[in-house]
Amino acid sequence: MELIKPSFGLIFWMLIGFGILFFILAKFAWPVITNGIASRNKKIQDQLDEAARVHAELENMHLKHEEMLAEAKAERDAIVADARKLSEKLYEDAKLKAESEAQAIIDDAKKTIYFEKMKAITDVKNEIANFSIDIAQKVIEHELSDKDRQEKLIEDWVDNCNLN
Amino acid sequence: MKYNIKPFKILLLWVAFMGMFLPKNALAAKEEEGFQAGPFILEHVTDSYGWHICGEGDKSVTIPLPIILVDQGRLVCFSSGKLHHGEAAYEGYAMGWGDQKGAIVKLSDDYTGHLTPGTEYAVDHVCKFNISITKNVCALFISLILIAWIFLSVARQYERHPDEAPRGLQGFLEPVIVFLQDEVINPSLGDRAPKYTPYLLTLFFFILLNNMLGIIPIFPGGANLTGNIAVTGILALITFFITNISAKKEYWIDIFNTPGVPWWLKLPAPIMPFVELIGIFTKPFVLMVRLFANITAGHIIVLGFISLIFIFGQMAPAIGYGVSLVSILFYIFMGVLELLVAFIQAFVFTLLSAIYIGTATEEHHEESTELA
Repeated sequence: MELIKPSFGLIFWMLIGFGILFFILAKFAWPVITNGIASRNKKIQDQLDEAARVHAELENMHLKHEEMLAEAKAERDAIVADARKLSEKLYEDAKLKAESEAQAIIDDAKKTIYFEKMKAITDVKNEIANFSIDIAQKVIEHELSDKDRQEKLIEDWVDNCNLN
Repeated sequence: MKYNIKPFKILLLWVAFMGMFLPKNALAAKEEEGFQAGPFILEHVTDSYGWHICGEGDKSVTIPLPIILVDQGRLVCFSSGKLHHGEAAYEGYAMGWGDQKGAIVKLSDDYTGHLTPGTEYAVDHVCKFNISITKNVCALFISLILIAWIFLSVARQYERHPDEAPRGLQGFLEPVIVFLQDEVINPSLGDRAPKYTPYLLTLFFFILLNNMLGIIPIFPGGANLTGNIAVTGILALITFFITNISAKKEYWIDIFNTPGVPWWLKLPAPIMPFVELIGIFTKPFVLMVRLFANITAGHIIVLGFISLIFIFGQMAPAIGYGVSLVSILFYIFMGVLELLVAFIQAFVFTLLSAIYIGTATEEHHEESTELA
């Protein structure tokens, strides 16, 4: 057969055959295949996006977690500091109170001691006065036993009185 | 590798050396009556009514294919085996000779039986409506069934296992389909791509599969289908019709009133519109010739190398055996080259079709210049 002369039969069958092939593939194969590829591409893309989103979320949660941890630490420090301050204050207060109480006791004791001392001194003075009165009574009794001596005494008193 | 080249060189030298001792006129005389490379090659790249498997002459094994004719309003069907490669007639039908070579002719009388060589038989008419299942038509059917089966089974894979990793044939074909979509169809056609994707994919795989079947020398392959001008012509014609039917206004404006061209090339004598108008037809014509010539040329070269064996074998069997080694090495080289050409030509045909359709359906002018 001729090399460059197209034969009618082949043209005929080619048109029919290629037409049928095109129809079959265009109806049953290509849409399914291209949609299948597109759908899989979409799914892969979606999953990649989802993974990126989850990763970001995880990162976010991690940050939040760290933030919370830092907050908790700060709170703990604050509480500890507060407690320390409070305990120091309590200690100081207790110390002051104890000191003041001690001072009060000391003062009381001092006062009591003073009073007791005063009392004792007064007692001693009274005793001494009584003794003196007794002695003076006895001396006077002794002195006034004789007339000269009475006179002399009066004289002395008079002298002393003049001097005062 | 270096070591292997040496015996090859020696062999070449040996063949040349042996050739010097042959008388030239004896060589020429033998070629006349014996093996003739020209008709041998032509017979293999063109169509035929039977599918030759092996053997020569009477011992040849050929699959007879049906001859279907509509002759004078009458449907005529018979096996091509009845024609004995043109050496017999059946009810007055015989293979044409001379100018009618390749056609089926009706003889003046309804003669059935062997035709005596050298006798003049009167031809009544040539059967015009000849839709015989020739070798190429048969190859066409085989390839159609093969392509349909391949892609329907791949499509079924997508349906059965949606959104899963491709497997088997699907995994082999998907990269090709994705490559065509991403590199050829979508860049050329843009948002119009979905409409033309089925045609372009069918076109690519039809050409590719037939190119590859053409390289295989034994039965299901071996027919030079994509090296047949009728087949490439139809494919080019389909692209031509799609291009011109779906063409937008801008396409015709580009042709009849090409922007950016001086007015004097258009007005008194419409030189530019005329050139552009011819361009409409040259584009598909070139598509047709490129595929046809590339595939046929490859086959002719391969057959040429095979012919060399027989040409030299006629001189002396020893030379024939020697040359066969060289021929087969070249044949393997050509076979690999043809495989490359099979892909390239299918790709080029599809790419150019996509670009033609793409430029014709372009809505905005700025983008069309960018694509071209």
